[in-house]
Amino acid sequence: MVRFLFEPGLFSNDTVRTALLLGALVSIVSGVVGVFTVLRGQSFAGHALTDVATAGGAGASLAALSPLVGFIGGGVIGAGAMDAIGVQRVKDRDVATGVVLGAATGLSALFLYLITLQTTTTGSTQSILFGSVFTVAPSTVPDVLVLSAVVLAGVTLIRRPLLMSSISPELAAARGVRLRVVGLIFMVMLAAAVGLSAIVIGSILSTALLIGPPASALRVASRLSHALVLACALGVAATWLGVVFAYDSYYWLGSGRGLPVSFFVVADVAAEFVVVSLVAWRRRQRTTALPESLTVPEQVGWV
Amino acid sequence: MVGLDLLEVDGVDVALSGRMILRDVNFRIDHGEFTGLIGSNGAGKTTLLRVLLGLQDVVRGRVLVHGAPMTRSNSSVGYVPQKVLFETDVPVRVRDFVALGIDGHRFGLARRSHHTDDLVDEMLESVEATSFANRRIGSLSGGEQQRVLIAHALVSKPELLLLDEPLANLDPGSAQEIIELLHSVVTDQHVAILLSAHEMNPLLPVMDRVVYVANGRVASGTTDEVVQPEVLSALYGHHVDVLRVHGRVLVVAGGDGHGDSLVADHPPVVVD
Repeated sequence: MVRFLFEPGLFSNDTVRTALLLGALVSIVSGVVGVFTVLRGQSFAGHALTDVATAGGAGASLAALSPLVGFIGGGVIGAGAMDAIGVQRVKDRDVATGVVLGAATGLSALFLYLITLQTTTTGSTQSILFGSVFTVAPSTVPDVLVLSAVVLAGVTLIRRPLLMSSISPELAAARGVRLRVVGLIFMVMLAAAVGLSAIVIGSILSTALLIGPPASALRVASRLSHALVLACALGVAATWLGVVFAYDSYYWLGSGRGLPVSFFVVADVAAEFVVVSLVAWRRRQRTTALPESLTVPEQVGWV
Repeated sequence: MVGLDLLEVDGVDVALSGRMILRDVNFRIDHGEFTGLIGSNGAGKTTLLRVLLGLQDVVRGRVLVHGAPMTRSNSSVGYVPQKVLFETDVPVRVRDFVALGIDGHRFGLARRSHHTDDLVDEMLESVEATSFANRRIGSLSGGEQQRVLIAHALVSKPELLLLDEPLANLDPGSAQEIIELLHSVVTDQHVAILLSAHEMNPLLPVMDRVVYVANGRVASGTTDEVVQPEVLSALYGHHVDVLRVHGRVLVVAGGDGHGDSLVADHPPVVVD
């Protein structure tokens, strides 16, 4: 079994080691930012930012810039645009998100078409949309490290006002929390998190890593710290398993061609969600069940 | 701050989207007083509370706390908003939420101490929420939720607590418990309370003063001073009767003011 899971050379392979490091970093950032995204009901905004990141990534590819610059630059501009249109009321927020999403997708269509005209960038479209952590240049790792640290520090600093404004905007405002400022800082953090995870699993799929593990964690955690730790752990587990499976898939198929790593990561995230939901359901069943003294019939058969 | 009222509202006019909602509002609240802010739905009670919190600008007039102009995030005023809907998936326990009343508005790292924990425990005790302190806030009943919101507002030791319709959507038993709890807050912790309600009867035993909002204007004083036919008729701009039955008060509109206002062809409208 172990032999099946860890094919020869897995951990001595530099590409794999880089992939595991990047995957862990990005999963932690996505887990932390994602918990607040789900709590604030901004999953749709998060998804729209992935489309903006796609446009940014494609633009960067055309301009021969690092994809990370494009993903994050696009995301931050998109976040600013959404805030400018209005994100304070839920309905306005939906409209702002939709408008930005539409514009960004149009821009992506243009950039991705232009990329197909350039013979030097073959494969870019696939890698921008669906990513591959195996093709990330090792020189990107320090940038990812620094950005991850910045986002984690930023979210840590605004953590309490962010939580308060997620629980009750009115209560937060009455205590003097500047909802707009906190909201804008968070949107920028969200854009950066989406950009980072676009590097690893592609811009289109980064929503999965941003929303999946936090949504699972929030089904079972009753404290913020527990939700954050669990979301990060589930994210890291999903990406690491994804990397291992993708590496192994070269051997499974026997043709020297593996399956996309992003597919495995997203499949792991979905599987985790199903398992955690089942655990949460079982727990509810147990807490609403009859007192122990009244549930003897099952035991009777054993006597 | 001897000699200065805790809160003074002085000639305040308030407009919402260009429409005048409240005109020439004047009243005072002193330390340790229980004041009812009474008026029908839509009378402007929430707007007035938002003015006192610094969340709503005034067209004219001023709000003074200890004789100084009101500022946003004034720590001497606590607030329990109307209809807070806690989502069921919020990973916050009751005790965590109460602790957020101390530092939930602050940026930066947590600086919580044993002192904070003791303060939270003390607050949970005072609102009788200790038994469900470790449950998620999204799992509480309406009455439990009100207790927790009150503890959240009181934990920062305000001198004045504003509550927006805390009794709405509660069954009569839970409402009575909340009223008794708030009465003990006034007497034991010497916190002044301004509580808005559309029904004044449950509050009559505990209210020191009443601020009555109707027709865009306000009358204030003791209950006996304000809840009088002449005062309320002047406020509403048409004749109303005040009926006292078994210690309850009914404010009844209609009629011509000659004592035969409850005839069948003018069905009485209970505005209180």
